[in-house]
Amino acid sequence: MAAIAKPTHQLVRMRGRSYVAFVFCPVVPIAGWLEEIDATLARSPGFFVGKPVVLDLSAVDLSQAAIAHLVTSLEQRNIRILGIEGVDESHLTAGMPPLLTGGRHCVLTHNETKKPEAKPKPMSLLLESPVRSGQSVVFTEGDVTVLGSVGSGAEIVAGGSIHIYGTLRGRAMAGVNGNSAARIYCQKIEAELLAIDGYYQTAEEIDVTLRNRPAQAWLEGETMKITPLN
Amino acid sequence: MAKVLVVTSGKGGVGKTTSTAALGAALAQLGEKVVVIDFDVGLRNLDLVLGAERRVVFDLINVVQGVAKLPQALIRDKRLENLWLLPASQTRDKDSLTDEGVRGVITELRTKFDWILCDSPAGIERGAMLAMRYADEAVIVTNPEVSSVRDSDRIIGMLDSKTVKAEKGERVEKHVLITRYDSGRAARGEMLSIDDILEILATPLLGIIPESQDVLRASNVGSPVTLNNATSAPARAYFDAARRLMGDTVTMMIPVERNGLMNRLLGRRAA
Repeated sequence: MAAIAKPTHQLVRMRGRSYVAFVFCPVVPIAGWLEEIDATLARSPGFFVGKPVVLDLSAVDLSQAAIAHLVTSLEQRNIRILGIEGVDESHLTAGMPPLLTGGRHCVLTHNETKKPEAKPKPMSLLLESPVRSGQSVVFTEGDVTVLGSVGSGAEIVAGGSIHIYGTLRGRAMAGVNGNSAARIYCQKIEAELLAIDGYYQTAEEIDVTLRNRPAQAWLEGETMKITPLN
Repeated sequence: MAKVLVVTSGKGGVGKTTSTAALGAALAQLGEKVVVIDFDVGLRNLDLVLGAERRVVFDLINVVQGVAKLPQALIRDKRLENLWLLPASQTRDKDSLTDEGVRGVITELRTKFDWILCDSPAGIERGAMLAMRYADEAVIVTNPEVSSVRDSDRIIGMLDSKTVKAEKGERVEKHVLITRYDSGRAARGEMLSIDDILEILATPLLGIIPESQDVLRASNVGSPVTLNNATSAPARAYFDAARRLMGDTVTMMIPVERNGLMNRLLGRRAA
């Protein structure tokens, strides 16, 4: 957001024109800052392509060698530096981009980032095949839905609720991140263990009259309730 | 096009080796060229069930390690010219098997046979993993009891994740073969029902092999039941299963022991 003004009073005909440029403000440690740049590039590799970039070094105190290294590091990432500001001219060599002054802030329009940079993480996991004995499905980000049965000796661990459109014969642990509102639903309950937010019931404690029926489990305070569905 | 079929179960003693021999002999009698491979290195049995134990010179490990060539280790059945055996080593253990070695053997066998039947060891360790590794199809042998069914479920999960086909995003075609089925006990509710087993395993049924003395008798004389007594109830069930593997549609039924029933009736009368 630096406006680049060129000196105008020249004999040779020249014109002034201002451009909008990205300004990078590196912070120490530089290595960590470069990692952030790498992360941005990993998300959208073409992000800085063809964009003028200015380096604002006012927040850091770098030696000449360090500045040279930084410029090279950015060039290795295909980021070309148009100019440098916020540093004493004595720190710059002739081979480096020129010193810039008098930049003004402006609002950067992000028309190039119309598409979302990173897709929002899915909040649910759908499994379209049965979960077999010995398999463990862990999804702490949200709900887990299984179109099929969960075998004896299998386990489902979810940050949110668990929905099983089949028989639950294994273990189901919902709300593992402390989500006490999470629930467990299944079409047929023969579970080995049900847990919500750390409160659990084993097969022995589950009412036998519920067995083989559609059921749901939820937390009421510190008690787990298991009731038939409809 | 050769098909690699693994006969597996997870649990021991459910009838993997018996079924491998019976299916192998049935397929051979139906005109297919069949090789059965014993993957139970260290605890081999398939040679006994096929009556070839006295003709073993080289084995799978020798071939895998390059000590012997594949044709030297293959044993041709004396009764069925379409049936061959690649025996396991009894003196080594399963760590002697390598992934590349097994791949080499299977690749070579694919060019020579219609069916490659891999008799898996029990368990889920190296031997069992390598037996299923290159399979196109799998027969999961299950007894009608909860422990066997749960182990089968575990093995099905592994077939869906640990095989080369699964890793390529394809599917290993799976079939459940229920063995040691006793219709009398099933009727009395002493065994898991067929429906329960299939509901738990969510896998198509290949056949139901009735519990029978014929199976034991055949094993003891070193002959697959489908060869020793081809008209017995278990043999007929294995033949039906073999036809289903070949793609035929055969009505599913639970063969009953004709002789057994007669004997029982006669026995009662005598008493």
